[in-house]
Amino acid sequence: MSTPSQPVPVPAPPLPPGLSSVVRSSGAGVETAPVKIDVRGLNFYYGEKRALDGISLAIHANRVTAFIGPSGCGKSTFLRTLNRMNDIVPGARVEGTVRIDGQDAYGPGVDVVSLRRRVGMVFQKSNPFPKSVFENVAYGLRINGLATSKAEVAARVEESLRAAAIWDEVKDRLHDSALALSGGQQQRLCIARALAIRPDILLMDEPASALDPIATQRIEELVYDLKKDYTIVIVTHNMQQAARVSDHTAFFWLGRLVEYGRTDTVFTAPAEKLTEDYVTGRCG
Amino acid sequence: MSSRRIERAIEGVLFLCALLSVGTTAGIIAVLAAETVAFFREVSIVEFLTGTEWTPLFATQQFGVLPLLLGTTVVSAIALAVAVPCGLLAAIYLSEYAPEGLRRVVKPVLEILAGVPTVVYGYFALTFVTPALQAWLPGLSGFNALSPGLVMGLMILPLVSSLSEDAMRAVPRGLREGAYALGATRMQTAWQIVVPAAFSGITAAVILAASRAIGETMIVAIAAGQQPRLTANPFVPIETMTAYIVQVSLGDTPQGTLEYRTIFAVGMLLFVMTFGLNLLSTWLRNRFREEYA
Amino acid sequence: MSTTAATSLGPSASSARRRRADLLFQATALFVLVAALAGLAALVGDVWRDGADRLSWSFLTSFPSRRAEQAGLFHALVGSLFVIGLTAAMALPVGVAAAVYLEEYGGRSRIARLIELNIANLAAVPSIIYGLLGLGLFVRAMGMGRSVLAGAATLALLALPVVILSTREALRTVPSTIREASYALGATRWQTIRHQVLPMALPGILTGLILALSRAIGETAPLITIGALTYIPFAPDSVWSAFTVLPIQIFNWVSRPQAAFKANAAAGILVLLAMLLTMNAVAVVLRDRAQRKVRP
Repeated sequence: MSTPSQPVPVPAPPLPPGLSSVVRSSGAGVETAPVKIDVRGLNFYYGEKRALDGISLAIHANRVTAFIGPSGCGKSTFLRTLNRMNDIVPGARVEGTVRIDGQDAYGPGVDVVSLRRRVGMVFQKSNPFPKSVFENVAYGLRINGLATSKAEVAARVEESLRAAAIWDEVKDRLHDSALALSGGQQQRLCIARALAIRPDILLMDEPASALDPIATQRIEELVYDLKKDYTIVIVTHNMQQAARVSDHTAFFWLGRLVEYGRTDTVFTAPAEKLTEDYVTGRCG
Repeated sequence: MSSRRIERAIEGVLFLCALLSVGTTAGIIAVLAAETVAFFREVSIVEFLTGTEWTPLFATQQFGVLPLLLGTTVVSAIALAVAVPCGLLAAIYLSEYAPEGLRRVVKPVLEILAGVPTVVYGYFALTFVTPALQAWLPGLSGFNALSPGLVMGLMILPLVSSLSEDAMRAVPRGLREGAYALGATRMQTAWQIVVPAAFSGITAAVILAASRAIGETMIVAIAAGQQPRLTANPFVPIETMTAYIVQVSLGDTPQGTLEYRTIFAVGMLLFVMTFGLNLLSTWLRNRFREEYA
Repeated sequence: MSTTAATSLGPSASSARRRRADLLFQATALFVLVAALAGLAALVGDVWRDGADRLSWSFLTSFPSRRAEQAGLFHALVGSLFVIGLTAAMALPVGVAAAVYLEEYGGRSRIARLIELNIANLAAVPSIIYGLLGLGLFVRAMGMGRSVLAGAATLALLALPVVILSTREALRTVPSTIREASYALGATRWQTIRHQVLPMALPGILTGLILALSRAIGETAPLITIGALTYIPFAPDSVWSAFTVLPIQIFNWVSRPQAAFKANAAAGILVLLAMLLTMNAVAVVLRDRAQRKVRP
């Protein structure tokens, strides 16, 4: 039996069992990290159909921001507007602004190639190239001209594989096919591949959804480690995962942003009834 | 950035290569039209399309194309009379009845039939089929329309079969299952449900086969003869449009003469006929796809 | 609740009739298939019977002659290989480029659809029409004469629709997620195509090329039309020289009334079929390797 939502200065309503043990307390107070991505009034259309409606939020640097919501709510679509991956979809149209470090990503004179160098992406199903482990990571370096001598390339590849916590597992198999790795290893390889070009921001679209629990845990630990060097935005349909890894959470529903705030607040004291219903499993 | 300019240049080169296909069609039309127009300055188009004697290489020249047209039609009709029923039967069997193992063996063999060079089929028609038929039909002359027609039928059977089978497989399983659930046998389902549903796809296949038969050259050049004759009798030598073009090309006709231009006029007629049939077939196939895609 | 007597589940008169019709149909269809196979077997058997004895090394290395027993295939073999090699060199880059444009850049624009329509139609144009095009355009207008180059250019145009269509198929088998991963790393479209898409699609592309060439090598009519000679006593030595090809030599022998030439024609057919068999075997091997690459 839920009470109508009101501004709550009183103790939070009791959580359903299972959730309370995983919510990390990040302390009270205002978020002090600077704004890395500032989205204002974003509408997104596939042809005539509006998939995103008036999204505005600010993503903070060196934090993990999670997008949650039921399937089809637009969270992946929104993620892909941040590195203009939707440009390759015919009929896609964007209104509003997406400012990255103050510069509008959709403004005139913006080079999409440079944008994607700064905003990296990891996909839901790992998609390593049918090449060797080494070549997968080196590809981004080569096409962007970021490393020229063989020694430089090898050094950067090792650095990225270490950052993705997979170096020890592949250091003896660098020239074997990447497709021979396990699912979890392939996904960490894709993370290494994305990190190789040293982006500022890492977008992750349900990176662990196709993985078993142990592999998932390793990805989550990796995300937690990476945030000190990167700004991370992670889309997930797994609420417990969002509660575990993220500092801020944005809840989407049918193309709209319903609520956005610090993770512990969104999960323990949401301002919107819809949010509360979703995180308690009453709907969605 | 110069890399953007390089990207643009690459896209431009790729586009030009793609545009070459339009250029080829334009080239075909231009070459045929240029010589045909020159031809019709000397010969009336009415005489060409309605005349019943074709003797451009003789002393008294006559330019009525009907004997060639009829020759092509007779051979193609025989080919279709073989290929359409047999191809359709084969398609229905492969699509509705055959176990997977049999399909996997039969289909490649049918592909082989489609891949044999036509000059080989021509040899077969002249040296094997005609003598074999002459044992049954004593009135059959050495060059005739029946033998190449039958062999051509064998050649285009795989075309009819595979395209019809594609059309039938595109019919949704739900339709078949509805019929089975009412107690229909496989044959009833095939003939009364699937074939009617796939009808426009099958028709498209038949039209394409007709176009292929009309444009076929070597089988008739070898086995049908070089005597243009206004007849529907399949037992005597005739000449098709395609065989005529080969006959002139093998000779010493100097370029730029009226006789030389006849091959382009005939070629234009051939092109218009096959192009029209191909367009019709494509239109039918697209309509079929819209129903079931 | 029904009050009728229990209905029988056994066979009835009408169902027996229907099952008989079903069996009759299956028998007829199988008969047709067997007849078609028998036709193919008769063809191969007939050619083998007529020509196997004539096959010999000297047959492959002799030039044509008015005497059937001394006539050989050498000039025609060289002509065929020369022409096909040139055809491949022309058709492969242009065809792949066109397919890449349509598949990766063109999208649904009006001009892309016009190009696709053209390609579909060109694939069904009779080959002799290509011969007329080659005669008017390459032999006369561009002044190449009745040369190997004109023949190869004509066959290249003939092969182009097949190469384009099969290359597009091969490009489509590359998963879009590979392209997305490449774009997400900041690659341009051409970089993605050159480094990821084309290497993955290459076996399929080559398979398509080989199939197109195996059709071209059996083509007779277009080359006769552009003026390939039916009697030349020498092998072509440059792209500008006159030439003949294997199927035309076969045609020439078939057209001669003397029975001895019939054996030559049959032997020539066996050589041609052997070449086709080899090319198709290579294509099948390539296709297997292509499929294995995507699932290691």
